Amino acid sequence: MNQTDEHKQNDKDDDPGNPGRRLFGIAGTAAGVAALAAQADLARDTLAPAPGAAPPAPAGVAATGAAPRAAAPVGRPALPAADVRLDFMKSTVVRGPATPPFLVPLPIPEIKKPESGLSPEPTREAGKDEAGRLPHQAWERYPPRSFYRLRVREAQHSFHPHLPEQKIWGYDGVTPGPTFVVKYGEPVLVRIENDLPDEHRGFGSPEISTHLHNGHTPSESDGFPGDYYSRDKYGPTLTRAGRYKDHHYPNKLSNTADFPDSDGDPAAALGTLWYHDHRMEFTSPNVYRGLAGFYLMFDGVDTGDERDPAPGALRLPSGVGQYDIPLVFQDRSFDAGGYLYFNQFDPEGIVGEKFLVNGKIQPYFSVARRKYRFRCLNGSSVRFYQFFLVHEGAYQPFTLIANDGNLLPAPLVADRLRLATAERGDIVVDFSKFPLGSKLYFVNRLEHLDGRGPTGLLLDPGTPVLRFDVDREPDQPDPSRVPDVLRPLPPPVIPRNVRVRKWEFDRENDQWTVNSRLFDLNKPAAIVKRGVEEIWELKGKGSWHHPVHIHFEEARILTRNGLAPPPHERGRKDVFELRPGEVLRILICFDDFVGKYIMHCHNTVHEDHHMMVRFDVVE
Amino acid sequence: MHTRRSFLAMAAIAPLVNPLAQARAGRGPRPTRLPEVLLQTHEGRDVHFYTDLVKDRLVVLNMMYANCANICPPNTASLLRVQQALGSRIGRDVFMYSLTLQPAIDKPADLRRYMDQYGVRGGWTFLTGEPREVELLRLTLGFYNLNPESDADLKQHTGMVRIGHEGRDRWSMVPAQAPTAQIVTSITGYL
Repeated sequence: MNQTDEHKQNDKDDDPGNPGRRLFGIAGTAAGVAALAAQADLARDTLAPAPGAAPPAPAGVAATGAAPRAAAPVGRPALPAADVRLDFMKSTVVRGPATPPFLVPLPIPEIKKPESGLSPEPTREAGKDEAGRLPHQAWERYPPRSFYRLRVREAQHSFHPHLPEQKIWGYDGVTPGPTFVVKYGEPVLVRIENDLPDEHRGFGSPEISTHLHNGHTPSESDGFPGDYYSRDKYGPTLTRAGRYKDHHYPNKLSNTADFPDSDGDPAAALGTLWYHDHRMEFTSPNVYRGLAGFYLMFDGVDTGDERDPAPGALRLPSGVGQYDIPLVFQDRSFDAGGYLYFNQFDPEGIVGEKFLVNGKIQPYFSVARRKYRFRCLNGSSVRFYQFFLVHEGAYQPFTLIANDGNLLPAPLVADRLRLATAERGDIVVDFSKFPLGSKLYFVNRLEHLDGRGPTGLLLDPGTPVLRFDVDREPDQPDPSRVPDVLRPLPPPVIPRNVRVRKWEFDRENDQWTVNSRLFDLNKPAAIVKRGVEEIWELKGKGSWHHPVHIHFEEARILTRNGLAPPPHERGRKDVFELRPGEVLRILICFDDFVGKYIMHCHNTVHEDHHMMVRFDVVE
Repeated sequence: MHTRRSFLAMAAIAPLVNPLAQARAGRGPRPTRLPEVLLQTHEGRDVHFYTDLVKDRLVVLNMMYANCANICPPNTASLLRVQQALGSRIGRDVFMYSLTLQPAIDKPADLRRYMDQYGVRGGWTFLTGEPREVELLRLTLGFYNLNPESDADLKQHTGMVRIGHEGRDRWSMVPAQAPTAQIVTSITGYL
């Protein structure tokens, strides 16, 4: 089954006449802004010269290689005729040193270990040195059983052996951060300490608000954009600064009211979540500096044990870090010296020229001839991906088992995986189909040039972001399987007299708007009653793609442009890709907890320019 | 199944030279560079954008034009509230600038007239200059739209406010019509 069949009317994905051709290492060009600059007839010598600035690339030729550019799609500005170099304006700056692919192994983030205890002891009310949050609303009902300490700090990191080691921001000083592995029914508390340097220079702001995407999390632990803190600063929705803030994650299923016996709806269980910074106006640069990690949840169906004899256990490929591999895909740019580069002046968002998987540029991963589960996350600010699995020049099918961290009712065989920003797709690849010594490539083919969204062109051949080396037999026969039924999900039922809320995402006067209004941190744009289902209609206006993310609760897509959604979007989702002019109707219900939450565009540059709305869930 | 061999073939010609030594010569990330363009203030004074206006300063900067009757005044009014809220910090810790989108038309006297009309007080400098240099500033500072037809519309660029600290090399943007307290918070977050 082709997961994008039903999108084809909007996409030129499979156009056999697609002229796009790229080399290794990407030859993205900032056609848009550079063209504007060219129209303005701006001379290079009006810029103050920068020491060590790279010489300008010849017109139309990318600095990393002689890649001919794909013919500009209709409606896109052409490349500038002159060698305009407005470095800090370009959406994509092709000027980093060459980074040959597949020099380093794929890093697997460590599994986060709990502490025996925390000092001072966590409490329902904020502690003396803690940032001024509201009391934990679910403290008595879900007392935490495990305690974690997560230190956010600056540390050294190597993106690639040909680039200098450099400072990044990381949870526990690493990027991606450690992987949390938790079980439903076992509440945890994570103390998130901010040890970022307050004298920081450069993009990003050293205050943090950590969002567990898409945890079923009480408001005060959700990482609201205004809940940022450091030792001496705090956001407008906190009451004081603090060295740390305790986040209470009940790890409970959603909707206890209708499912009292299981304390929530078992069909609403999530598997692949991630945590990342959500500091208002600086989410994009802070995450770009490294603030992202995985949070994996297991339950009685997805048990994390491929030998589990229990009835109902799926026995998917298991063992986090062994046969169950989280993969975060992120694009980055580097300056001529090889240091991380972020364009703080592009209001629509930058697209990186190099591809990281788990923090390394184009790594390789050694695999045994058996099945693996890969939890693929688009952790980029702006770029969308469409991945293909390639062996000896031929596309290979794989099995899609989850979207946005929610297991699908049944597995789908797919030949591509499309991920808008923050979207997740869990896939199973069976390497036993390939002989020892095989090399497979995970290839991104989606052309994405600027903050407006992907062009719709599929590049040929695209960029291989990860190589799989099939270099050994498994120690033991592969006990894992992908059953025909994963997590059954009843079709959505629309209640009678359901309330419909409409949300239009647009841009007016260079301001991102939702329903023609600007973001107000202190005033909810909607007050939603807890436990009451609503239809939300999401509409994308203008010529931008907006991956809309709704905190706290997943929704079911009822229609995408009036039609049933494609099969891979029929599960519960928390990111909704809105292409220009698209209309989605989703069925959503906020259960169990109350308070302020946020809906926003997960193009985090749009988000940082206030493309957000606050909504409050009330009893 | 299609055959896709070309990118595999390219692996063979990946660069063989390790450029690490070359890369290390950079001694760290390059700070953002801002253009050193000559501008004129509403008082008719010549100023250099980088050296005189933004270097090592926390700045708040928006774009307008003197004949902008409907869309600019509310933004100016919003920034007036911000100016009042920041009080004595204006001109000391925080520097406010408004740059015209019509430098060919707006002379210092036109900017003064606009300021008088909307009650702008001291400590906030309005700026004009050579059109091509003002255009460079507009694009540099992110007052643009990637769609050429929207970009050609002056009114489109009056809605956002650029906030940043040159010395810290940190920049952000907020809508001019955001609640005053929110804009003030965004500005003072840099202090």
